[in-house]
Amino acid sequence: MAYNLKEVAKKPERFTGGHRMCAGCGAPIVVRQILRALKPEDHVVSGCATGCLEVSSFLYPYTSWKDSFIHNAFENSGATIAGAEAAYVAMKRKGKLSGETKFIAFGGDGGTYDIGLQALSGAMERGHDMVYVCYDNGAYMNTGIQRSSATPKYADTTTSPAGAVIPGKQQPRKDLTEIMANHHIPYVAQTIAIGNMKDLYEKSEKAIYTKGAAFMNVLAPCPRGWQYNTPDLMDINKLAVETCYWPLYEVIDGKYIINYKPKNKLPIREFLKPQGRFKHIFKAGNEHMIEDIQQEVDKRWEALLKLAGEA
Amino acid sequence: MSKKELKTVSPDVKWKDITPGGVIPYAGNAELFKTGDWRSMKPIWLKEKCKQCLLCYPVCPDTSILIDQEGKRVDFDFDHCKGCGVCVKVCPFKAIDFVEEDK
Amino acid sequence: MAIRERLSGNEAIAIAMKQINPDVVAAFPITPSTEIPQYFSNYVADGVVETEFVAVESEHSAMSACVGAQAAGGRAMTATSANGLGLMWEVLYIAACSRLPIVMACVNRTMSGPLNIHNDHSDSMGARDSGWIQLYSENNQEAYDNMLMAHRIGEHPDVVLPVMVCQDGFITSHAIENLELVEDDKVKAFVGEYNPEDYLLNKDNPISVGPLDLQGHTFEHKRQQAQAMMNAKKVILEVSEEFYKLTGRKYELFEEYMTDDAEVVAVILNSTAGTAKYVIDQFRAQGKKVGLIKPRVFRPFPVDEIVEALSKFKAIAVLDKADSFNAAGGPLFTDITSAMYAKGVFTPKVVNFIYGIGGRDVRSDDIEVVYNEILNIAATGKVNSVYNYLGVRE
Repeated sequence: MAYNLKEVAKKPERFTGGHRMCAGCGAPIVVRQILRALKPEDHVVSGCATGCLEVSSFLYPYTSWKDSFIHNAFENSGATIAGAEAAYVAMKRKGKLSGETKFIAFGGDGGTYDIGLQALSGAMERGHDMVYVCYDNGAYMNTGIQRSSATPKYADTTTSPAGAVIPGKQQPRKDLTEIMANHHIPYVAQTIAIGNMKDLYEKSEKAIYTKGAAFMNVLAPCPRGWQYNTPDLMDINKLAVETCYWPLYEVIDGKYIINYKPKNKLPIREFLKPQGRFKHIFKAGNEHMIEDIQQEVDKRWEALLKLAGEA
Repeated sequence: MSKKELKTVSPDVKWKDITPGGVIPYAGNAELFKTGDWRSMKPIWLKEKCKQCLLCYPVCPDTSILIDQEGKRVDFDFDHCKGCGVCVKVCPFKAIDFVEEDK
Repeated sequence: MAIRERLSGNEAIAIAMKQINPDVVAAFPITPSTEIPQYFSNYVADGVVETEFVAVESEHSAMSACVGAQAAGGRAMTATSANGLGLMWEVLYIAACSRLPIVMACVNRTMSGPLNIHNDHSDSMGARDSGWIQLYSENNQEAYDNMLMAHRIGEHPDVVLPVMVCQDGFITSHAIENLELVEDDKVKAFVGEYNPEDYLLNKDNPISVGPLDLQGHTFEHKRQQAQAMMNAKKVILEVSEEFYKLTGRKYELFEEYMTDDAEVVAVILNSTAGTAKYVIDQFRAQGKKVGLIKPRVFRPFPVDEIVEALSKFKAIAVLDKADSFNAAGGPLFTDITSAMYAKGVFTPKVVNFIYGIGGRDVRSDDIEVVYNEILNIAATGKVNSVYNYLGVRE
């Protein structure tokens, strides 16, 4: 059925207000929309790595999760949900359960690109029938904006500060979506909350209802860490896509599909400019840094076009 | 999903009575926790300008733009709205005002 | 009719797991416990169990998957040793505080470094404060029997804690011994069904597990967890009594060997207790009044019972197969001496021997040194050295 914003609005809300995420945080929007893609009759066991989302959504004695939820530790969201899924398979086999339960593990970029990469890789390789969702806000926001391997080059973070000698983070970000695609699992997607949320919803639905392991990488801006004007969240998301900083694509059984190709690819500075974490590279004399980022974005976009057979 | 009445654990619960292992068997009870007092800015829904396009409800991080049974948005849930202004910015019809919260 | 078998300790554990037929086994290979998941994956491959075997990519994920599986409402089991247990460390505490009665076979091996695959107790001793119940096993039969009792203990409503069943790496895990197995149907009836009150897969009553739990509630949760460990002692005895009725094999909090008229005793965990029994028999033949206390239950620590048992002796040697590097004595020694002090028992002289580190062979003449020393202390009332190393080249 074609996506219809008004129709999906009638589906049950599975993530409540009353959590303690910052005002304007990009992550809960992602969580809400992913959970909305579940069939109303299905149960879900969600998990979350330690991080902003976890500590804010399940601060004893309050939980925002209307289905079942488990947090274990920082680096093991993948393994924890894999274990729950394994129990489900066994208990179903023994006739102890009825109905459908789906499994979703969430993690921030710290819990996914970095400390949780091993548990994620293991869970995906073993092919558990689960989805792993990385909400990538490009730094360890929960502990106070430390750099992660998802942090873009030159970003000012508290452990890659823009100093007098070193202008922010010195390494480009790791491409986790590609790493997961190379696990040759049935479904990998890169997406973002944009427009009427069609892209995010449809990919969530596919990820959840694809048998086997699925991975989604979702860019989720952090107004505090990225230092942009909080109401501008959806504009920032749009710029991430229009500059090809965050291409929307899927890898279905190894086949690359680019879901959106900007007619006029915007220069990366449009995405960087509203973000305070990049303000030092907009100073006179630092133009080469912006150019450096542009080249990296172009290189990766072209590589993606090639993978999709479009270049 | 839980359809049970929302309950929580009292702040002065004694150790013998606290839920074992930190488990919360009251799914979605965060609704009982009000975050509305975080607001410094407040969105105002201008019903007459609203075209019910619904672009606003999914962008709310706090699930504070609720949808009624007919699939139409209703007024804000000010118990939880933190006043981030993301909905204000996405409304194509300028049907959400953004004003300072009266203290 | 019980089944007589000749099995290694690892195979005995694997058979117990097969008979228990848990929902999930998540394990990662590490010497000397590797055989357990090997045997078990054969059972899975042959369809003789209904278990999901999760061949995780690390022990950290093994324990993490066990937490997920047990919280989901299933029975989860694992096996590990040494560094594997070390890698699980963080999650051991989470399993206990989340009140998830996971059962683990710990095949004791020395913690690195240096890297050494052989037996001592530095792995499980390090985990003694993680909130897991710890049962120790002298031989293959005890390892098997402890495993059969583990779920009953851990899942008891007054307890709800994870259980670690320890045995000595290679010494019992790889040595083949005669033992008696319980029939499958009897094991099934004894272990019973697992019916947790709250679990993730209960779609009619969804739950959240593993909160951020701050100053307002963590202390109450920890106090409740502490009570569970206190309650465990009684439950262990009740389950052991039921097991005795089933099998005729009697287990208590600790075993006493030749203690009735003994003047001196050694306190020893796991396989070395067997060596000590042999030495005791030799000494007894010479009229020397020596005995043995072999703790089975180290967590909860049976303070009252063990102090009462020890109070009548003139001299006690506590043998630790793990050093605490506290410059004061091994973990068993410090627990026993502090228990005696707390109970106001000051008469016996107590000395400590750190022994068998890194798999150093413990021969009967090593144990003879121990008994000769405490007999001498008993005779003279004089302690030359409290904190001693046994079997190291001086």
